[in-house]
Amino acid sequence: MSSAAFVLIAMVTLAAALAAATLQKLMHATLSFAVALVGVAAFFFLLGAEFVGLVLVFVYIGAVAVLIVFTILLTRRDVGKDRGANWGGALLAVAVFGGLAWAVFKTQSVAIGAPHIRALTVKRIGEALMTSYVWPLQCVGLLLTAALIGALVLVMEEKR
Amino acid sequence: MTPTLQVFLIVSAALFSTGLLGALSRRHAIFILIGIEMMLAAANLNFIAFWRFSPQSQPPTGVMIAIFSIAIAAAEAAVGLALVIAVYRHYRTTNVDHLDQLKG
Repeated sequence: MSSAAFVLIAMVTLAAALAAATLQKLMHATLSFAVALVGVAAFFFLLGAEFVGLVLVFVYIGAVAVLIVFTILLTRRDVGKDRGANWGGALLAVAVFGGLAWAVFKTQSVAIGAPHIRALTVKRIGEALMTSYVWPLQCVGLLLTAALIGALVLVMEEKR
Repeated sequence: MTPTLQVFLIVSAALFSTGLLGALSRRHAIFILIGIEMMLAAANLNFIAFWRFSPQSQPPTGVMIAIFSIAIAAAEAAVGLALVIAVYRHYRTTNVDHLDQLKG
């Protein structure tokens, strides 16, 4: 884990996230959101969780970002009037960040380096998913089915 | 010098605050959803960082929670965007300030 890579990824991620939170145009904000998620996935790679990073890229950029773009195009008549960040929200966000940063700096036990670990292979993840996490896996499958049906019902044409 | 857990937590807190800023200060429903997704990604980053910097457990709990959280975030985004489309059909707007029919 190198420092230079960390600083680079952190700068790109936070700049893209800030752009996604403040840009006026929906499409630009969505693209910045995608860049920020690529940054988060790069953090996952840096931390040795390659599989989760790939899943994040597939799910968020392949599905969620594309879904957001589709929604923007479907509600197109309304875009382009959003004002940027207002003062109340900015103040609250800065206050939350200050509180979190204070707590992190105050806690001595998190100022540690990374221990050496066994590489996280897909085999290990699959074994865990199929043994100790089999019930959560089934529940997530049910939840995704319910969300799919719910989304379809929500956007169906209403009978008159 | 390699990054410690502390700096990862700081970056994650900054990402969370940025998502909060987007969710609180925007008036467009899609922007608010983007902010919420960003906060969820920051939480995932925390899970992975804590997993990487703690003594190893079998199974890798932090990674598992991050995977489930990504799946649930995808479901949430699908339903949320369907709601945005349904609201747009009824009111011809996605500005949450105009959706005040239930206001007393």
